[in-house]
Amino acid sequence: MNISLSITNTIYELLLGFLPEGYEGVANIGAMVVIALIYLIIFAVAGLYLVLLERKIAAWFQLRIGPNRVGWWGLLQTMADALKLVSKELTGTERADKFLYNLAPYFVIVSALMALAVFPFTQEFQAFDINIGVLFLMAISSIGVIGILLGGWSSNNKFALIGAMRSGVQTISYELSVGLSLLTMVLITGSLQLSEIVEVQKSGWLIVQGHIPAVIAFMIYMIAGTAETNRAPFDLVEAESELGAGFHTEYSGMKFAYFFLAEFINMFIIAAIAATIFFGGWLSPFGITESIPLLGVVWFLGKTLVIVFLMMWFRWTFPRLRIDQLLTLEWKYLLPLNLLNLVLMALIVWLNLTIQF
Amino acid sequence: METTTINNNFKSEEYFINMGPQHPATHGVLRLLLTIDGEIIRKVEPDLGYIHRSIEKMCERDSYQQIVHLTDRMDYLSSHINNEAVCLAVENALELEVPERVKVIRTIIGELTRIASHTLWWGVMGMDVGALTTYFLGFRDRELINDIFEETCGARLTMNYNIPGGLMYDIHPNFIKRVKDFITHFRTKLPEYDKLLTGNVIFQKRMKGVGILTKEDAISFGASGPVGRGSGYSCDVRKHHAYSALDKVTFKEALRTEGDSLARYEVRIQEMWESMIIIEQLIDNIPEGDYKVATNAVIKLPKGEFYQKVEAARGELGVYIVSTGTKNPYRLKFRSPGFSNLSLLNHIAVGGKIGDLVASMATLDLVVPDIDR
Repeated sequence: MNISLSITNTIYELLLGFLPEGYEGVANIGAMVVIALIYLIIFAVAGLYLVLLERKIAAWFQLRIGPNRVGWWGLLQTMADALKLVSKELTGTERADKFLYNLAPYFVIVSALMALAVFPFTQEFQAFDINIGVLFLMAISSIGVIGILLGGWSSNNKFALIGAMRSGVQTISYELSVGLSLLTMVLITGSLQLSEIVEVQKSGWLIVQGHIPAVIAFMIYMIAGTAETNRAPFDLVEAESELGAGFHTEYSGMKFAYFFLAEFINMFIIAAIAATIFFGGWLSPFGITESIPLLGVVWFLGKTLVIVFLMMWFRWTFPRLRIDQLLTLEWKYLLPLNLLNLVLMALIVWLNLTIQF
Repeated sequence: METTTINNNFKSEEYFINMGPQHPATHGVLRLLLTIDGEIIRKVEPDLGYIHRSIEKMCERDSYQQIVHLTDRMDYLSSHINNEAVCLAVENALELEVPERVKVIRTIIGELTRIASHTLWWGVMGMDVGALTTYFLGFRDRELINDIFEETCGARLTMNYNIPGGLMYDIHPNFIKRVKDFITHFRTKLPEYDKLLTGNVIFQKRMKGVGILTKEDAISFGASGPVGRGSGYSCDVRKHHAYSALDKVTFKEALRTEGDSLARYEVRIQEMWESMIIIEQLIDNIPEGDYKVATNAVIKLPKGEFYQKVEAARGELGVYIVSTGTKNPYRLKFRSPGFSNLSLLNHIAVGGKIGDLVASMATLDLVVPDIDR
């Protein structure tokens, strides 16, 4: 396993060259800050472009053109929107719990950005390669719901509260399915480390290696993942026609933008997990571009965007579920199916029935 | 847990929430006072008056020609049919026989209006249950009808095409061709509606068995139009009291017996098919003749009471005129379909979830200016 904190090391050594002797600690922290900043900027911009992509795809589904005025083909539209949101006044409700009200957006955006650290974008491009990568992702993605709950509760608005309660119920339920479907795949790899999971897939993507149970696990993962990002058909949290804007009704300006951006980064994360665990991450199909490791990024992003497109496709074609139907789907259908699937996968791994090239 | 009554008959777990007057699901300025227990609706009280313009009172001030223009502003999605109701009432009171040509054109435009209204309803209905794409597909087809209207009467929404005694102008030379083109277009596009929404498993689950209204309740609440027919109550005015050229055409009355949201939905989809059948029977046989008969510049109805009902897109629209023989009505009362249909919202929504309330409200197809007037 030659995957390590290579970029961090490069920056660390670069900084060490500038600094006098005995400042290794400073260089270490400096390297972390630089990496964090790079990630922040890349993914803030990536999030904005996902918004634009969603708007363009929605337009395509809806016989419209979509944003096409700011910049060529509307490319600067979301940038302009973000600038507008930054410059807007932050309004809030009276008698809101001010501290929690202001804290909530940061929970959501920080947890969304933190999860990005563990993804292997390509062989040498990974910020934080820990041996419990999958567990880390699961843990971080469930922190976001605290922000939504706090935001809904503290804004002193009943519609927001209903939205927040729905979100709590929904995310806690669907987390089980996301976790169990990923666990099913971990049975093949025998490791929770994401770099190692990708490495294992050099002898075939996991969705091929695990065949039937892997396909079932992928479908469950996609349903539960969409639910966990609170997107249609599981957008009960925002449910425009029922609750106005749901939990972020009372947020404006940049605080609203954090919630909005976090939704899109979360969608990217759900898609990136799927690409990494089911479709070989940065690996090219049949190793056609193995000689150029940098192309791994392209493969990784390509696979991720295909899954992102799938999620947008759901959103613009399906109606919304009702809250009891949402819970029935999880607890009566997905969870038992998932548990059975886990046993099936265990049997397949135990009997060596996986397909390997 | 033991529930205790605090005040205003609220149980301790129940809370009160204002849905509207500004709310995406109420489509206008309707305010619903909801009593909710968690997600479950306990009581729905509609609060009206946010867009009341006292149209009925204004009618007492205006001449009969002017009243026609006011009716546009009631149910603005079926403005032509509203105009027609007043014109028919006045013509019947004057015992004025309008030319056949007028009757046929009125019926064709009336059915086009019904299709336009139902396509808009379909789009908004999908949006209420969370499928945003339907909105644009509905509007795509509605635009074509509006273009036809614009060419013939110069207006797209508040048409004012009817006058007592006939029509404002003759139809545009392109009218027949464009209507035919539209029917051909819409026959291929209406199945798309079913493909996108009707067959969807989530949609079926949201609609089936939700917001049930029995036939007895439909009658006692005065439900009419697709809401009544979804409950098996045969109440199509076009069938039972045919007016204009509707006695010359054959069409099926859309009826469902389930009485749930899906039944009301299916009735409207079928009505669009039936409207196309009606238009197809008439469009090739528009008789030659005048487009209006001359009336006095000042219309004075004979002394008495006159009632005329028509089938507007939302149900039975009644016009009740009390005349004392002057140029203004002594009293004019509209029996609007939306008002009666709204009254049964509490009945069908209690016990359901918030999502059910929005979905059943969408199948009632409320237009708030029609309710408030």
